Amino acid sequence: MAKKEYAFYPGCSSQKGASASNYLVSVDSMCKTLDIKMTEIPDWNCCGASISYAEAGELPRLAMNARNFALSEQHLPGQDIVATCAACWLGSRESKERLEHNNTLMDDTNKALKEAGLNLKVIPEVRHMVEVLIEDLGYAELASHVKKPLEGMKIAGYVGCQTNRPFGIQGESFENPMYLDKLIESVGAQATKFDQKVTCCGGALAFSEPDKAQAQIKDIIEAAYDSGAEMLVTPCPLCQANTEVYQGQINKKYGTKFQLPVLYYSQLMVLAYGGSAKDAGLNGQVIRARRLEEFAGK
Amino acid sequence: MSDMNQQMSAKYKNNFLKEIEEQAEMGEWVKMCMQCGVCSGSCPTNFHPGWEHPPQELFMMIRAGKRDEVLDSQSMWMCVSCYNCYVRCPRKVPITHIMHGIAEYAYRIGRAPKNQPTLHLSQTFWNNATKTGRVNEVQLTQSLYFKDGIMDGIKKAMAMQDVALGLVKAGRLNVMEAIGGGHKCKDIKGIHAMLAKAKELENQRKGRAA
Repeated sequence: MAKKEYAFYPGCSSQKGASASNYLVSVDSMCKTLDIKMTEIPDWNCCGASISYAEAGELPRLAMNARNFALSEQHLPGQDIVATCAACWLGSRESKERLEHNNTLMDDTNKALKEAGLNLKVIPEVRHMVEVLIEDLGYAELASHVKKPLEGMKIAGYVGCQTNRPFGIQGESFENPMYLDKLIESVGAQATKFDQKVTCCGGALAFSEPDKAQAQIKDIIEAAYDSGAEMLVTPCPLCQANTEVYQGQINKKYGTKFQLPVLYYSQLMVLAYGGSAKDAGLNGQVIRARRLEEFAGK
Repeated sequence: MSDMNQQMSAKYKNNFLKEIEEQAEMGEWVKMCMQCGVCSGSCPTNFHPGWEHPPQELFMMIRAGKRDEVLDSQSMWMCVSCYNCYVRCPRKVPITHIMHGIAEYAYRIGRAPKNQPTLHLSQTFWNNATKTGRVNEVQLTQSLYFKDGIMDGIKKAMAMQDVALGLVKAGRLNVMEAIGGGHKCKDIKGIHAMLAKAKELENQRKGRAA
């Protein structure tokens, strides 16, 4: 039996061929090493993310998240829900909080759920993957599996917004959370002093207001270079995509020469645990992480 | 939609604060603002054009009954949902949610600015996600680029082709999604019935005709 078991909420961007598929690949290999069993919530649906606020309204969004809770409790009773995506985690946690504090919303949500043949009594705990790593396993346990420390690598830990605010990781500050730096160091790399670690990448507005979002992304990448980092690491799929895929456009617009690989924490861990480039999903980088590819080949 | 605007305006007469408190998500918190301005200084979009009124100014305008100026404003549509204002507010006002709430309400009663790009994104995203229960990223991107017609869409797609090609090469853009492939929920029917009910209940609770 696995050491830890959770109900897994992978989220839309994680599916095969989608924008965060490399995140899922690396999480799968990481969990294998750490003996964590993640069982996908059957027929889970989208959380609505933050951006659906205008079209969806409040109750339909709550209903979507409540459907996931009900399915999880029905098929995987008693297990905490674990999300890898910051937006999924936030959307679910926010819904849990509102439903538990407002009986009218809870009653209405159950009336809506009934139409899908479901009922919600208990809402499971909703946690982010990094909470599981830090709180249920701990840095020492994470470090104990390292076979190949990422020695000499300088990495900027980009926490971003939604794994940090409004809930965040327990015991961390909103202004200067240290958990990502500690994760980087637990696999033997060096976390640089990066002053834009909690700056917003523009989120969904990278689509609707690209100039504004790209101005923010430029500041983030510039600060990472200034800190001496050779790559950026993040726990959020949208942070990852925004800071990676628009570097070319920013270079054209601002005359910069950005070419900074952007990874997930889980990819670093897989490599340090002795996994291959494929296990770590390195083939999913738009900006190739050459140094890590060489490292994985050794 | 403008009927809805007149209906609400008549219902609340000159009490715009009450209208926001009852109609906008988390609107009941507006009166808690003490005008310190920490939210405005914390907003990452505050140096960009389009940001006429920072949150604390919007809150005072609501209390002053400036209904037209608030509802027609672009300001709340600039919110990137970063929650910086939310965690820094000394009165614990859930500012991010109120920004979303005011924007949603303005849209609901037909007062949102014409061609507001973030409103369009919100509509497209939700419709895309709820069609099959899960987001189809390719169709989402397509509908965003082609919102202003085919020529404009081609121009935008051309400008973005490096980004798209990079993602295809990295295996992170599934072209099969363009023709309806990719993942979806099994109980799509149940999801649609559930959402229709939720919408109906929300309209009832807020006294809005469906």
